[in-house]
Amino acid sequence: MTATEARPESEAPEREIGKDRRRKEDQRLITGRTRWTDNIQLPGMLHLAMVRSPFAHARITAIDTSEAKQSPNVVDVVTGQDLAETQGVLINAWPITPDQKTPTHLPVAIDRVAFAGEVVAVVVARSAAEARDAAELVDVDYEELPAALDLKDAAADTVLAHPDLGSNKSAYWVFDSAEAGTGSNVEDAITQARDGGIVLEREYRQQRLIPAFMEPRSTVVDPTGEQLTVWSATQIPHILRFALAATTGIPESKLRVIAPDVGGGFGGKLQTTPEEWITVALARRTGKPVKYTETRSESLMAAHHGRDQWQKLTLSADREGNVTGLKVELLADLGAYVSLVGGGVPVLGAFMFNAIYKFPAYHFAVQTVLTNKTWTDAYRGAGRPEATFAIERIMDELAAEVGVDPLEIREHNWIKHEEFPFTTVAGLEYDSGNYEAATARAKELFGYDELRAEQRRRRESGDPVQLGLGVSTFTEMCGLAPSRVLGQLDYGAGGWEHASVRMLATGKVEVVTGVSAHGQGHETAFSQIVADRLGVPFEDVEVLHGDTQVSAKGLDTYGSRSLVVGGEALVKATDKVVEKAKAVAAHLLEASADDLDFSGGRFSVRGTDQGLAIQEIAGAVFAAHNLPDGMEPSLDSDATYDPVNFNYPHGTHLCAMEVDTETGELTMRKYVCVDDIGNVINPLIVSGQVHGGLVQGIAQALWEEAVYDDSGTLVSGSFVDYLLPTAADTISFEVDHTTTPSLTNTLGTKGVGEAGTIASTPAVVNAVVDAVRHLGITDIRMPCTPERVWRAIQDAGSGQEPTTGAAAPHFDASTGMEGTVDRTAGDAQ
Amino acid sequence: MIPAQFDYLAPTTVEEALAALAQHGDEAKILAGGQSLLPVLRMRLNAPEMVIDLGKITSLRGVRDDGDAIVVGAMTQHSVVGSDPLVAEHAALVSKAVEHLADAQIRHRGTFGGALAHADPAGDLGAPTLALGAQFVVQGPSGTRTVPADEFFVDLFETAIGEDEILVAVRLPKHTGWGAHYEKFVRVAHQWPIVAVAAAVRVEGGTIAEARIGLTNMGSTPMRAHAVEQALVGQPATADGVREAASRAAEGTNPPSDLNGDADYRRHLATVLTRRAVLTAAGATG
Repeated sequence: MTATEARPESEAPEREIGKDRRRKEDQRLITGRTRWTDNIQLPGMLHLAMVRSPFAHARITAIDTSEAKQSPNVVDVVTGQDLAETQGVLINAWPITPDQKTPTHLPVAIDRVAFAGEVVAVVVARSAAEARDAAELVDVDYEELPAALDLKDAAADTVLAHPDLGSNKSAYWVFDSAEAGTGSNVEDAITQARDGGIVLEREYRQQRLIPAFMEPRSTVVDPTGEQLTVWSATQIPHILRFALAATTGIPESKLRVIAPDVGGGFGGKLQTTPEEWITVALARRTGKPVKYTETRSESLMAAHHGRDQWQKLTLSADREGNVTGLKVELLADLGAYVSLVGGGVPVLGAFMFNAIYKFPAYHFAVQTVLTNKTWTDAYRGAGRPEATFAIERIMDELAAEVGVDPLEIREHNWIKHEEFPFTTVAGLEYDSGNYEAATARAKELFGYDELRAEQRRRRESGDPVQLGLGVSTFTEMCGLAPSRVLGQLDYGAGGWEHASVRMLATGKVEVVTGVSAHGQGHETAFSQIVADRLGVPFEDVEVLHGDTQVSAKGLDTYGSRSLVVGGEALVKATDKVVEKAKAVAAHLLEASADDLDFSGGRFSVRGTDQGLAIQEIAGAVFAAHNLPDGMEPSLDSDATYDPVNFNYPHGTHLCAMEVDTETGELTMRKYVCVDDIGNVINPLIVSGQVHGGLVQGIAQALWEEAVYDDSGTLVSGSFVDYLLPTAADTISFEVDHTTTPSLTNTLGTKGVGEAGTIASTPAVVNAVVDAVRHLGITDIRMPCTPERVWRAIQDAGSGQEPTTGAAAPHFDASTGMEGTVDRTAGDAQ
Repeated sequence: MIPAQFDYLAPTTVEEALAALAQHGDEAKILAGGQSLLPVLRMRLNAPEMVIDLGKITSLRGVRDDGDAIVVGAMTQHSVVGSDPLVAEHAALVSKAVEHLADAQIRHRGTFGGALAHADPAGDLGAPTLALGAQFVVQGPSGTRTVPADEFFVDLFETAIGEDEILVAVRLPKHTGWGAHYEKFVRVAHQWPIVAVAAAVRVEGGTIAEARIGLTNMGSTPMRAHAVEQALVGQPATADGVREAASRAAEGTNPPSDLNGDADYRRHLATVLTRRAVLTAAGATG
């Protein structure tokens, strides 16, 4: 190998980070030339159909499978009793308190069902259609039991979701700033504010949502090799492998889990599911490959739901609107079981209610509650959208109370840019941010003052269509998570991430990451990072993930962690490759390593025209003919990175909504967001994440709600009644960024996967309320349907309390409103 | 979403289809585009043993001028009806309703007759055909008969089509020169209307001379707002002129209550939407 001449500057690879790269995965995804789990066909494969309970709560008195077994091409029909301990058990990885009540969660119920949709029997047949036909023939006798459905009733233990537990109250988790030493006592602050200050007491409803990913869940299990191979449409192949090994008795080393291309998750596939356990059990029982793919109806009914909280907030402030305390009391609906991280979702929100504001005193308490509904768990944002909604809603109420603009009250109370790093009253250290800059840019793009003037004109002229402006100055904690913090919170695993970088003999690069993309574009973004750091062409980088036999270590994708944790592991592994290559380069160039520069993929000897490209070094290491003494012939490197802190993206979102006061119809007029997500790897991917995230958050504000009837049947059990928006229902958003690089990772990046969803919901509801606040309306419950808006207007006009169904009830006025002015007089400017 | 097993026939003439229907009776379902039937089968809400697909009967497709009426073949896709110049000129109310019916994919698969025979009171075609006084041409073993619109819609998902009959065409009486508008109220674009109002008006010198108003999803069938129609005659085509007449839109209706709104809200909507539909149809604003 000879040293090459220095190449001209123009040949140096263009910088990849910051480039609008189209996603390399999209060609195969969009043209369907890929392998989803349900596409997998294995020789002799059998198919499953689930028999599910139509009742929310019932005792199973008998199951007759004889007719189903006679159905054509049925191989077996099994009950929970038949599977017994071979089916394993589903785990809760985050018992939030030591005394948490956690009902045993069997994949197939044996003697009692606890929600409508729970599996009670499984048909195995040669085709999916035959399995489905036979499932109709399974005869199950139920003895219906009273069901715990309403969250508040369930919290009062009026009906028990699991009679043997004695209570529906699963866990009570508290954070108190006075006890933690991160702030003062909130009761003192509230007491003080009652005497001449402001005390706002509000109750908000976080309705139950359904993640509604595009690809229904699907699992294929092949037991015919030495290892049991599981393909699953999951976000978490590594966690799935661990949990299967921990609960089924299969050694971890005998399990291979593959998440092939996965069509979305939004947290909905951050789960270990009964259907996965059942498919594993049946593959082992039959000795044949087995597939189960859910229908959309099954997905809506039995894949985990999200949100579902009652939120009581008490905010204290002085007359000028300086906040002095915040007390948060939550009821969180777990559904029928405590799912993988379900109990922990509200705890993730505990650190975010104080948001960007300098509350001196803070108290948070959540009561998680078991009910006879579908179990809940993470849904895009997981705990943080709930927190952001509540605080951003009540900050608007504070502005109305003081009689100033909602932006002014925020500016009054937020952390100023020169105050970073800032330790919050919840004990987190925000490393960086600039709320002033993002807000100034958003105001400018939005035309805030002009829209306020238009709002005034419409009010004065009594226009039937009123205009409202909504503000959301959000932040979030993402990049889950420092393992030590997770340990303190009793989470069952760490939060590190792993990466490997392999230099191939031909100069190509294989990157293995432990995060598991399901639509995010990791292959593209990670290729850009590695291409830049190694100075190799973007096309030469291959990103491998999602197969535990390829990616041996990892903790998967959720909580906006892939880039800020997984990307940092990747940076560290890549830097190790460069370090190793440098030693080889020095050896081959007969120079001191200290005299080498590495730039644009080339090691050059400072002050000379001698150098070597990293691909040439890869070739030399492969040949291993001439390496430094004692050096092993490999540049390949691994890194496992445990983050030192969370990551705190923030932004200012402004929304203008028109409200037709005659019909309650809502029309979005304008939406501007300026997010500070630090340095951006691929603006196009970021834009996609923000647009999609916004729509998902707006959908909570306006459209989506999982509704059960009085017997516990999911009424919104199809997309006819569970209203997902399409492109026809949204407007073109104006998306921009300010940049304050994160100080907690090398690339200065912040998570963006959840930001749009976390921020947008309160911006929309604040805009809706702002449009009708002058009519005496202070809240409209989500989703803000035209009917709810219309009723709120009707009720306000007739002087009635806007409470029934349409608007969230306030606290007891006899205790709550003392020391405050009339809310309705505080007309926001 | 796998339907229960069924047999399938795709006859090429109406006579063959009628013969198959006679043979299989109530074990058969007619497939006429399938935009309602297929979801029902896939969700296993219905499991017919025989599905008779009319898709290959070419004589049931197309739009033609027949003197005082425009005749729409039952198997004509919505997209064809929606872009047909004859319909636009002589039965504009139908064009306006089809424009916002479901989504583009459904408009290309679903058929005019299929949707009407399905008789979903939330469907977009019942109100405009009822308002225009359409004639439904039904063929059975003993020949064809014509059913007037006000007798066609019997109840929820129930029409005057006999068990041994097939809807073959719909005659839309010409309303040439009438203003028309379909005012549809939805939360998201692709859903069934919460309430919709189909209004056709003939305006003479700024005064409403005649009006025909149909209501969608205000009862178990599409409904005609006769009280409004009568009250509108002789009124100026202005917001004030129309307001009082429109306030009678909910008279005699029996709307459902569901996740999108209670009955009283729908009644209120009907009055507002009727006013808007009439004014837009009359070329006024407000």
